[in-house]
Amino acid sequence: MAVKLTTPLSEKEVLKLRAGDIVYLSGVIYTARDLAHRKIIEEGAPFDPRGAVIYHCGPVVRKRENFEIVSAGPTTSARMNKYLDKILSIGIKGIIGKGGMNPEPFRKHKAVYFAFTGGAGSLAAKSIRRVVDVHWLEELGIPEAVWVFEVKDFPLIVGIDAFGDSLYSNRH
Amino acid sequence: MEDAIIEAIRLAVTKIPDDVVKSLQKAYEKENSPTARFNLENILNAIEIGEKEQIPVCQDTGTVTFFVEAGVRSPYLGVIKELITSALEKATREIPLRPNTVDVLTNKNIGNFPIIHWELVGGDKIKIAVLPKGGGSENCSALAMLTPAEGFEGVKQFVIERVKECGGKPCPPIILGIGIGGSSDLALKLAKKALLRPIGKRHQDEKIARFEEELLEEINSLKIGPMGMGGKTTALDVKVEVAPRHPASFPVGIVFQCWAHRKAFLEINKDGEVRIWQ
Repeated sequence: MAVKLTTPLSEKEVLKLRAGDIVYLSGVIYTARDLAHRKIIEEGAPFDPRGAVIYHCGPVVRKRENFEIVSAGPTTSARMNKYLDKILSIGIKGIIGKGGMNPEPFRKHKAVYFAFTGGAGSLAAKSIRRVVDVHWLEELGIPEAVWVFEVKDFPLIVGIDAFGDSLYSNRH
Repeated sequence: MEDAIIEAIRLAVTKIPDDVVKSLQKAYEKENSPTARFNLENILNAIEIGEKEQIPVCQDTGTVTFFVEAGVRSPYLGVIKELITSALEKATREIPLRPNTVDVLTNKNIGNFPIIHWELVGGDKIKIAVLPKGGGSENCSALAMLTPAEGFEGVKQFVIERVKECGGKPCPPIILGIGIGGSSDLALKLAKKALLRPIGKRHQDEKIARFEEELLEEINSLKIGPMGMGGKTTALDVKVEVAPRHPASFPVGIVFQCWAHRKAFLEINKDGEVRIWQ
């Protein structure tokens, strides 16, 4: 099944998705990696987390008049397993990454894991319409900052659904 | 000369070498699961965009590793380290690359730090292999100090276990470098260097070549598939390099490389003329 979704995501929309579905995602998403996860948990998110979608991504950025995203594929999500339960407990409904994660917290908090192809950063950047904002850039540096992207029809696969079903056979 | 090093880095991050592309295309033709095809289609599209638009194919432009074969009579021997360092700094701004180096104590991003492996050789030329390598695949590296009794069978078990454990994390289809023998440090260095051998090119020793093929077949029978979401191709190739070992030791180093196997080579002759290729 292929569906179009716009952020923020509602629980009702999330519960309709099944592992293996193709999703074209539009709207605003937020990048976060290791250090940003720790800061979000310790200090709170610099955005409204309710229904939000987080992207495990450290982009290549060019600064001309504004910030331009050059290449922006997903990073390995399993590194963020440690933070997953807490991150989903603040209302985040979707995570985009690669390689899969621990499925249980997605079932517990009724959230969904979207996969994009790792390494395909030049292609992912095509779905990013513009950089809306950036948080913690000075402190965390380009790869680890929280970038706010507006995306249009970002093609994703549901890797883990809200029922805990996963496309990944290996343990995480 | 600094410009030539920047060009080699640019070539490496924006263009996936033909041997890799061909083997990815072959993998795409073999797959029939929709998720495997989704991933391989994205991969082939990303490669095309990178080359056409001269932008990094993968946003993780990696830790940029240089293998330098330095001819002791090259007039550039004394300046090559400074040239590599400044070229990488400029490349970070110009291409651009992602600033990918973090101070271990302060967690501050400090730009890009080159890792350089030196080998002094005879002659007056300097040959440099550029290998930008991402964190996802690098995190799967492993070292085992096996006992001589475990031998090649032990190597096989260790490799298969590690590949299973890592699943989709290193961005499969992967290329696997394996170093056997030497010492702990040399085994890992050999494993990384093994990645520079072209896809499909077997080791010159027949027994090692057969071992590479066996490993490749067994890894692909695991069905981890592109991005760990199932499929026929988990590895594009396996490369094994060996060195003599201590009678009590049997070191094995494994280095994973993602499908975005970026590499470029350059050679500087005594007159400062430069040749760049992939």
